[in-house]
Amino acid sequence: MAPLIASQEELQRRRIVDINPETVSNFASTDFPGHWPGESHEWNLQKFRDNFNVEFHRNEQFEASFSLVGVDASIANAFRRILMAEVPSIAIEFVFVHNNTSVIQDEVLAQRLGLIPLKGSVEGINWMRWFKKPTEDDPEGGSTPSDFNTIVLRLDVKCEKNPHAADGEDDPRKLYKHAHVYARDITFHPVGRQDQFFVDDAAIQPVNPDILIAKLRPGQKIDMELHVIKGIGADHAKFSPVATASYRLLPDIKILRPIVGEDARKFVKCFPAGVIGLEQVTREEASQKGSGYEGHEGEMKAVVRDAFKDTVSRECLRHEEFQGKVKLGRVRDHFIFNVESVGQFDSDVLFLESVKVLKLKCARWKRGLVDLAR
Amino acid sequence: MSREAYQVPSNLGGSQSAFGGADAGAGGAAGSLDGPMVAYLCGECNSRVSLKRGDQIRCKECGHRVLYKERTKRMVQFEAR
Repeated sequence: MAPLIASQEELQRRRIVDINPETVSNFASTDFPGHWPGESHEWNLQKFRDNFNVEFHRNEQFEASFSLVGVDASIANAFRRILMAEVPSIAIEFVFVHNNTSVIQDEVLAQRLGLIPLKGSVEGINWMRWFKKPTEDDPEGGSTPSDFNTIVLRLDVKCEKNPHAADGEDDPRKLYKHAHVYARDITFHPVGRQDQFFVDDAAIQPVNPDILIAKLRPGQKIDMELHVIKGIGADHAKFSPVATASYRLLPDIKILRPIVGEDARKFVKCFPAGVIGLEQVTREEASQKGSGYEGHEGEMKAVVRDAFKDTVSRECLRHEEFQGKVKLGRVRDHFIFNVESVGQFDSDVLFLESVKVLKLKCARWKRGLVDLAR
Repeated sequence: MSREAYQVPSNLGGSQSAFGGADAGAGGAAGSLDGPMVAYLCGECNSRVSLKRGDQIRCKECGHRVLYKERTKRMVQFEAR
C-alpha cells in the first residue's frame, strides 16, 4: 500500500507551534515514523536537501544572524550548545607572579586576566594543540609547555610619578605614569615556531586594548608571566568563542477575521514597529459578501507586513476586540540564529566550526557502534 | 628552639633570597659582625629602610615606627579561573 500523503494545508498546520494567551501548544514535532498512521516519515537525504535552506540576515565580522530552515530542534540546539561549549579557543590559563605590589590581590588579578579575550592568527590557533594538565591520579601525566601548546605573554608595568605633570593636577592618569594598567600593556613573546604564525597583525593580542586590569600608584609594580593555552567553553567560560549564540523560532501571525478602522490602528500598536501595516479596504473587497469588509470601503485594515520583526509579546491577545480574530504561532523548523563572536574568529566561521565539531562527534559515535558490533 | 638559638638566615648562599640582590652586597659586610641588613618599607612614607639586628625600628626619613617587610621575590603560580 502506498503511503498516505498529507495535504499541504495539513503539513503547514503541523509546522506551527500555537501560542495561546497563557499557554503554548502543539510544540512537539511529529515528523517521525509511526506517529501519523499510514504516512511515511522516513528520514531521506534527498528530501532533507530539498527542504533545507540557509538564509543570512546579517553578516558582520563579529555578529551574524541567519536562518536555518528545515532542521529539527535537536540539531539546531546541538549547534547552539557546541558553539558555546565545544568550539576551541585560547585564553590565559597560568599566571606566574614575579612581583605584584598593587592593591589588587594576585589571585584576583589572575582571574581577571583569564577573562580577557585574545585574538591572533586563526591558522596559528588551529595549529596549536591541547595542553594536558596533570591530574590527581597521574601527577606526572601533564604535558610540558612547548611552542605548540603554550603562548607566553608578559605583563610588566611600573607606576612612577610624572615629573611634567601640571601643578594642581588631580587626574592620576596625568599625575603618574602607568597609573592604569590596560590590556594593551600585555606583551607577546613568541617561542619556537610561533613567530611563523603570529606575526604583525596576527600576533596574539587582546581583542579590546582598553580593558582596565588594575590601578597603580607610584612605586607599585606588576611583573608577571602569562601562559595562554587552548581550551573549550565546557571547561571554563573564558574559552567560549562566542559572547552569545542563541536562536528563536520565526513568529507567525495570522489574521483570521478582518480588523478595520480604529481597531486596526490599535492592533498596529500591539506589535513592534513594522510588523503590522495598514491598507485601505478596496471596493472589490467591500462588495464581496461574507468577507467581513462590507460597508467598510476606504477604511483602514490591518495586514501582516513582516512577522520576522515580532517579539511575540502576546499583547494583542489581551484585548477583547481582537478575540478570535488573530492567531499567533511560531514556525517549528525555522531557526533564526544570532551568533556574536568575542573577537577571535569571524562569526560566520564559528558556525562552520560548530558543524565541524558535530561531524567529528558523529564520526566518533559511529566508530563506537562499529566496536560494539564486533 | 629558644630565642637565642635562632640564626638569622645568611644571604650569602644564593641570589634567590628574600632580601634582594642589592641589599645582599651592602648587608654582606655588616652581616659578618651582627646579622645582615634587611630592607623594610615605611608604613607612613613608603621609603626603604635598611635595618640590621639591634637597630631601632624607626624610619630614617619620617621617624614612623611601623615598618613592613617587602613582598617575597619568589615566583608564585596561579590558575586564571
